[in-house]
Amino acid sequence: MSDERPKGPWEGGPDSTFAREIAAGDEALDRPHPTGPGGRRTIWPRIDLRAIGRGLVVPVLAIFTALVIGAFIIVLSDPAFWQELATDPLGAIATGIGNVFAAYGALITGSLGSPTEIVQAIGSGDSKAITMAFQPISETLLSATPLIFAGLAVALGFRAGLFNIGVEGQLYLGAIFAVYAGFAITGLPWFIHLPLAILAGMLGGAIWAFVPGFLKARTGAHEVIVTIMMNYISYQVVMLVLKTPGFQRPGRDDPISQNVLPSATLPPLIPDLRVHVGFFLALIAAAVVSWLLFRSTKGYEFRAVGLNPGAAKYAGMNIGRTTILAMVASGALAGLAGGVEMLGTQGNLTPGFSPGYGFDAIALALLGGSRPLGVVAAAILFGALRAGSTPMQAATGTPVDLVVVIQALVIMFVAAPALVRAIYRIKVGRTTGTEVFSKGWGA
Amino acid sequence: MRLELHGITKRFPGVVANEGVDLVVEPGQIHALLGENGAGKSTLMNVLYGLYRPDEGEIRLDGKVRTFRDPGDAIAAGIGMVHQHFMLVPVFTVTENIMLGVESTRGRTGFLDYKTARSRIVEVSERHGLHVDPDARVEDLPVGVRQRVEIIKTLYRKADVLILDEPTAVLTPQEDEELFEIMRSLARAGTSIIFITHKLNEVLEIADTITVLRRGKVVGSTRPADTNQGELAAMMVGRSIKLVVDKGPAAPTEPVLSISGLSVRDDRGHLAVDSLDLDVRAGEIVAVAGVQGNGQTELIEAITGLRAPLSGSVRIAGSEVRAAPRKVFEAGVAHVPEDRLEEGLIPGFTVAENLILNTYYLEPYAKGLRVQRDAIVATAGELVDQYDIRTPSMFNDVGNLSGGNQQKVIVAREFSRPIKLLVASQPTRGLDVGSIEYIHKRIVEKRDEGVAVLIASTELDEVLALGDRIAVMYQGRIVGILDPSEATPERLGLLMGGAQLADAIGVMPPAGPRPPDAGSAGVAPSAGGGAR
Repeated sequence: MSDERPKGPWEGGPDSTFAREIAAGDEALDRPHPTGPGGRRTIWPRIDLRAIGRGLVVPVLAIFTALVIGAFIIVLSDPAFWQELATDPLGAIATGIGNVFAAYGALITGSLGSPTEIVQAIGSGDSKAITMAFQPISETLLSATPLIFAGLAVALGFRAGLFNIGVEGQLYLGAIFAVYAGFAITGLPWFIHLPLAILAGMLGGAIWAFVPGFLKARTGAHEVIVTIMMNYISYQVVMLVLKTPGFQRPGRDDPISQNVLPSATLPPLIPDLRVHVGFFLALIAAAVVSWLLFRSTKGYEFRAVGLNPGAAKYAGMNIGRTTILAMVASGALAGLAGGVEMLGTQGNLTPGFSPGYGFDAIALALLGGSRPLGVVAAAILFGALRAGSTPMQAATGTPVDLVVVIQALVIMFVAAPALVRAIYRIKVGRTTGTEVFSKGWGA
Repeated sequence: MRLELHGITKRFPGVVANEGVDLVVEPGQIHALLGENGAGKSTLMNVLYGLYRPDEGEIRLDGKVRTFRDPGDAIAAGIGMVHQHFMLVPVFTVTENIMLGVESTRGRTGFLDYKTARSRIVEVSERHGLHVDPDARVEDLPVGVRQRVEIIKTLYRKADVLILDEPTAVLTPQEDEELFEIMRSLARAGTSIIFITHKLNEVLEIADTITVLRRGKVVGSTRPADTNQGELAAMMVGRSIKLVVDKGPAAPTEPVLSISGLSVRDDRGHLAVDSLDLDVRAGEIVAVAGVQGNGQTELIEAITGLRAPLSGSVRIAGSEVRAAPRKVFEAGVAHVPEDRLEEGLIPGFTVAENLILNTYYLEPYAKGLRVQRDAIVATAGELVDQYDIRTPSMFNDVGNLSGGNQQKVIVAREFSRPIKLLVASQPTRGLDVGSIEYIHKRIVEKRDEGVAVLIASTELDEVLALGDRIAVMYQGRIVGILDPSEATPERLGLLMGGAQLADAIGVMPPAGPRPPDAGSAGVAPSAGGGAR
């Protein structure tokens, strides 16, 4: 909230024509109501590019700043740089800058592909070459898929005033349920089996999230504590089921599940590329969450409870039930992240299958301002960083860990917008969606 | 100290909050600063207190130009401010609170020197009749005494200019008088006082000079002897204002709200409402007067289903209220809650979204799970016009509206439904005269339409202006029901204070339904008269 903003004359001024004049002149305002005849009216202001631009300032600068600091790390962490510095400082700096461009160049071509290669491949008409050229993008979208689901799970929780740190655990449960449905049910055609396995994944996450939701609603137990603890339980549950006969792959001693049947496997979007229909489902999920939050009565309740539980209670909403429902919906999305990863990407369950999707998801929800579209964009960015990191290491020797550092810096700057504004001397603007984050911590 | 503000201008993006404001406060003068919400009083005081830097203009103290980078500079220059919301640490003692930030220590050891601090506090408070126990914990003190602690805090820091930001908003009438005595004593000793308020009668009583701000500019200065309430109100608002609510006699019919033997516990488990009986009939306004914290909040919450009663019953139009706010709304009750921002509205939602806060799930605003945008926007557009909600558009965040317009959003939402009972708690708290006039008019309109109205207010003016019957609440009980004709501020003040009438409570007439000719059939509490 920007407390410094003074009350404008239109807010208390007695002279309405004066107020209207001010209203017409103020850049921050939407069009005065009512709209003219035939104008389509919405409860929400129509898309205001300037407002969107303002909302993007902090995330974009956060990413930029993180990349700049990452550049310093590339230079300073290179032993050759320090050796050369003593003898030839200018040369050392030049080499360092060269290294930065090489590393970031490799990161970009590793995640998006090289434009010349794409053009040549299309020009040659060779289908194999075209596939190869698009492979980096495919890998980016593949990495982004579970991140979108998980990010949506956290964002939905934020909107309802819940800080769901348990996405990681819910994702594991979703994976268990989806894999089991994927190999244990046999004899079904794909158009029944696949949806069933996906639903099973949702169910697994939802059940796991119901517990903290229920405990919060009934006893006031803080969801942050409960979900963190349940994450630990979920790791052990995975170990347990992977050692259980009937779930463990026959003939294996290590913890690995049976393989998902072809009838429950998400097909690739494009033959020979790894990105699968799961990415498409993730986009649908984003649209559904967007509808749920901003176009449905349940979403109205979620947001009301998240912003002001006192007023939600006054308005006759059932806070406990809304909390449980929001938690379950968030868990179902987390379960989808795990389930889709199983059914589309991995095909079987192993203990450490998630490299921390559920925790990256918190960062994504923050970076995306708890808006579904923002989460999708942030997830694709993180997916690109992830997909590009290995080719970067291969090409320039810059360790993949740099990407983790960059992600951490992005999160740090997004979580501390005041820091970004101070660095770039931006005046305090209007509130953005990230305040939901701090609200999530509230009682 | 002589304080001069010259040509103070402070701009915010898109708004000029102060424009060329001149203000001179002579030593020992009580200078009232009057203006509506958003008139620029707070901005001006924040400039003086070093929280904002003026874009133009200068501050002079005894003729010397001063610039304040932060409140520390202002305090060092002898400016003290008592904020409307007290800045005290509840678990600290009075002494600890007062010395906080200017701790005196013993020699070089760094140990706190409570003894010196304490004796200085006693000395300062004795001098101006600010009676406070320096060893009491602040959380145990009543509001009036906490305010004294705040005043001592500024004097302890050797303030020569004292800014009091709406100091009477939280006080009982008796406490008001005590505060005024203190202010006079301080002024005699040479302290300059800037007194910020909405309340016109207080200004006329206490001020030496009155300056009125409107839309960031000084519209005039005057003296109490040369003006009257109507003129001041007109200066504040820019048009003439009716200070007395226009209302005919009530024509009450059958009871809509019947409360019998109601007991309610507060959050801490204490009995807040103690076997209370009260009826409110269609077509009358019952005003519940009382000092904050005498059970009004819990009473209202029990009526509106927000709090389950311990025992007793609340009936609305014949049927029992359960602890379910939605059922209460659906039974035809409108509720204007005590705290706009904690309960009444959702800052972060648009005006339109707030206008459907308790009807969002009903047709035409929803069909199944689907929110019906067109219906909501159509209704919101009508209500914004009809209730004159000043907002750039219905899509603006309600949190950015002024207090008066936020309250209009609530009033519009609650009054536009078909209702039988209106329950309003502090309906005009913190509002300016223009908004108060407006909301009072709407409440009387509802009464005249045959709605039963229950108002809880700590403002005596409001209680006297609106009530067809005035029920005084003290320690969870109704200690008397008065007819407005016999309810003087003094008598109400005494009843609200409670203590003097403790033995008279037993002889109070019961608060029950009375014959329809209530306009003249007020029951005079004999004790109220006797206590005068």
